[in-house]
Amino acid sequence: MKPLSTAVIAGALIALSACGTPAQEQTGNPGAPSESETLTVVTHDAFTLPDELKEKFAEESGYKVTYVAPGDSGTLVNQLVLTKDAPLGDVVYGIDNTFASRASDEGVLVDYESPALPGNAQQFAADQLTPIDFGDVCINADKAWFEERKLDVPTTLDDLTDPEYKDLLVLTNPASSSPGLAFLLATIGAKGEDGYLDYWKALQDNGAKIDSDWTEAYYTDFSGADGDGPRPLVLSYATSPAYTVDGESSTTEALLGTCFRQIEYAGILKGAANEIGARKFIDFMLSPEVQSAIPENLYMYPAVIDTELPEDWARFAPLASSPIEVPAEEIGANRDRWIQEWTEAIG
Amino acid sequence: MDRGHRLSRGAGWVGWILIAAVPLAFLAVFFAWPAAALILRGFHDGASWSLDGFTAVFSSSRTWKAVGFTLASATASTALCLALGVPGAYLLYRTNFRGRSALRALVTVPFVLPTVVVGVAFGALLREDGLLGWAGLGGTPTAIIAAMVFFNYSVVVRTVGTMWSRLDPRLAQAGATLGASALRVLRTVTVPTLTPAIVSAASLVFLFSSSSYGIVMVLGQNRYRTIETEIWFLTTQLLDLRGAAALSITQLVIVTAALWLSGRAQARMTRALRLQPDVADARRLDIRRDGFPLAVTAVVAVVLIGLPVGNLLWRSLHRDGALSVVNYVQLATTSTMGSDLWSATRTSLVTAAAATVLAVLLGVLVALIASRRPRGRSGRGALTALESVFLLPLGVSAVTVGFGYLITLNRPPLDLRSSIVLIPIAQAVVALPLVVRTLLPVLRAIDPRQLQASATLGAGPWRTLLRVELPHLGRGLGLATGFAFATSLGEFGATSFLARPDNPTLPVVIFRLFGRPGAETYGMALAASVLLAGLAAITMAAAERMRPQEVATW
Repeated sequence: MKPLSTAVIAGALIALSACGTPAQEQTGNPGAPSESETLTVVTHDAFTLPDELKEKFAEESGYKVTYVAPGDSGTLVNQLVLTKDAPLGDVVYGIDNTFASRASDEGVLVDYESPALPGNAQQFAADQLTPIDFGDVCINADKAWFEERKLDVPTTLDDLTDPEYKDLLVLTNPASSSPGLAFLLATIGAKGEDGYLDYWKALQDNGAKIDSDWTEAYYTDFSGADGDGPRPLVLSYATSPAYTVDGESSTTEALLGTCFRQIEYAGILKGAANEIGARKFIDFMLSPEVQSAIPENLYMYPAVIDTELPEDWARFAPLASSPIEVPAEEIGANRDRWIQEWTEAIG
Repeated sequence: MDRGHRLSRGAGWVGWILIAAVPLAFLAVFFAWPAAALILRGFHDGASWSLDGFTAVFSSSRTWKAVGFTLASATASTALCLALGVPGAYLLYRTNFRGRSALRALVTVPFVLPTVVVGVAFGALLREDGLLGWAGLGGTPTAIIAAMVFFNYSVVVRTVGTMWSRLDPRLAQAGATLGASALRVLRTVTVPTLTPAIVSAASLVFLFSSSSYGIVMVLGQNRYRTIETEIWFLTTQLLDLRGAAALSITQLVIVTAALWLSGRAQARMTRALRLQPDVADARRLDIRRDGFPLAVTAVVAVVLIGLPVGNLLWRSLHRDGALSVVNYVQLATTSTMGSDLWSATRTSLVTAAAATVLAVLLGVLVALIASRRPRGRSGRGALTALESVFLLPLGVSAVTVGFGYLITLNRPPLDLRSSIVLIPIAQAVVALPLVVRTLLPVLRAIDPRQLQASATLGAGPWRTLLRVELPHLGRGLGLATGFAFATSLGEFGATSFLARPDNPTLPVVIFRLFGRPGAETYGMALAASVLLAGLAAITMAAAERMRPQEVATW
């Protein structure tokens, strides 16, 4: 009898304290992190975790968890900036390294270092953010198309401007698509601020088509996917070949010399009503269950890099050994200008 | 007029004003306030006011190109929709033939398709090796305008057709008896009486076309931009609120001008019609007499609508190059993207039903008020303004309103940002203008003599409303409900801003499925698109049959 009544009283006390302390009071006390019964998780629109995992988190944490997904990575960060004084939720997942610096510069986040983040994930470190997963954005090729025509599959960015590969490539617009922005950064990383626009002009002269989003490029114009399009080269992900497996091999491959690495982060929103819950959610995203669910559900590599990968990934979706890099601070300082310049010159 | 009568008339007006307050308050809270709040942010950076946004935006040649392209493409799309839609309205509402209902359902399908689906369907036809690739239309303004017509054709067909089916045929018959040729009857009798419905449809198509963001993004391939895509770009990608605010105001000016013009045209041309309750005059299709509308409509149905929709259906029935229903089986049986098909369909239907109830209730109020016939000029002016106000949501950027929601409805008592309630509300804001515009021409066309007769016979205004106007309204109600439901069913712009991933609607599921690589998800996305299109077609067909009892016997 006794333990039960203790539990009931304790439970009632917790419930009372949760109800009785409104968010404002908690933010008034900067020392102690806030907590409440509910947790609102803001994500990008591609976020999907299996229901079992979501339920498991809700059960273990005891929170009523709501997920909100207002847009892609860029839209998401801009909305967070706009709602700084009344945050959309407690914790955010889905900010990527092309927009990460805007979030930290605008003071949208508070610091948190998750104890669940292993040392081997330090390579992804970013201000105030916790890496959850990553992936490479690369040009993909339809292998059969090249075999049939006895043409070598191109391997480098420069190959793409070779007249041999005229009218074969489809890209996406950096101003409207996240892989498009990643590839723009790859060209800046490879050709430098002075050379990237000339490179794009050369791509254009070589007949590159630029679609507004990935879906259209991959499914309408690319020959190696289900849409049966006319072009054998497309901007996609290093993991895409794992989804075009035909028996013992994949019909497509990623050109690993053309990749830009995208890293996706989670962070705690400043002014969160449930900062403790936000921390728990970030730790949960780094837990072995979630990390091993990431490839199949989010199509990214787990940030905890010793997590076991699906068999197809190990065989058909290798990562680039040396992706093209642009430092985060540089992206933060110049991203908008680069996009503007690109749209003026190319778009 | 005796004193008592004047008093009761005065009381009547107070009543109307109170009734007007309900939809006005709704629009103020869920449209005007959020949009204004975001636009104001563009002029006030927290410390001081600034008009830099205007200078920057209007000194850029990009802006002028976008404004020019917006006007040109929307005008072309409106003209084409009318040219193709009026013969279509005749054929589908004035003649009888086998398959007419199916054709009516088919032309509405595009109305609900999410742009990502249209991108895939049109893109496959227009690309170099596509069925229509020989025409070289990929990435041209022609493709963009064709897609706008694809989306909006049914607006003209249905708005004009519903009116046409109810015109008293004796007027035209009299003309013919007096020796007028068919063309002359059409020009001098039929078209003028249809003008209010035509103007109504035209203004809807113009607003839809000028604010279409998705079509221009997908089919414009960066070369063509509209004010709407510029606002989207500046807001969601650059967070340049000053530039976006300047553009939003430009958009508002254009929309207001368009509405003012259409309002004037309508005021000049509205005439009382003798509407008859039945479609008794629908004649059997006669190839010789109806050859022209038949040819025009056949081309539209086959090339413009049939090919993309058929292509979608055909491809949804394939997996790995072979004919198969596996896409549908997987869609129905597997749970993907955090939701299964059934719960997504349920969410879609429930949300759309809620949005429809809201939009139709408010729309009926607005239409009733706007169709009053006050004697004074100022009264008439106020009503025209009121009517236009309710059309504004169609012409203002969804991004502006969506971002506006984030910064306005963010505190108790109206902290609705992550509330599921906001989705039907946002959809109702979008559907409301359609409801108003489909109901108004019907109400306006009531013969004033009928209202006067009712008053002479001693019926008060409310009784007249109940016995004369509401039954008339019933006729347009089916169409209005159908449009509202279809709009909400396919709505993605507002929904995507407010999306709750654990409760996705069908368009959200389609968007997610298309966003993943792999034959499986691609096939399921196609199948889900076909399902959505089918739901829309069924809804519109049902809405047309939905006729209030009292009308059938009236």
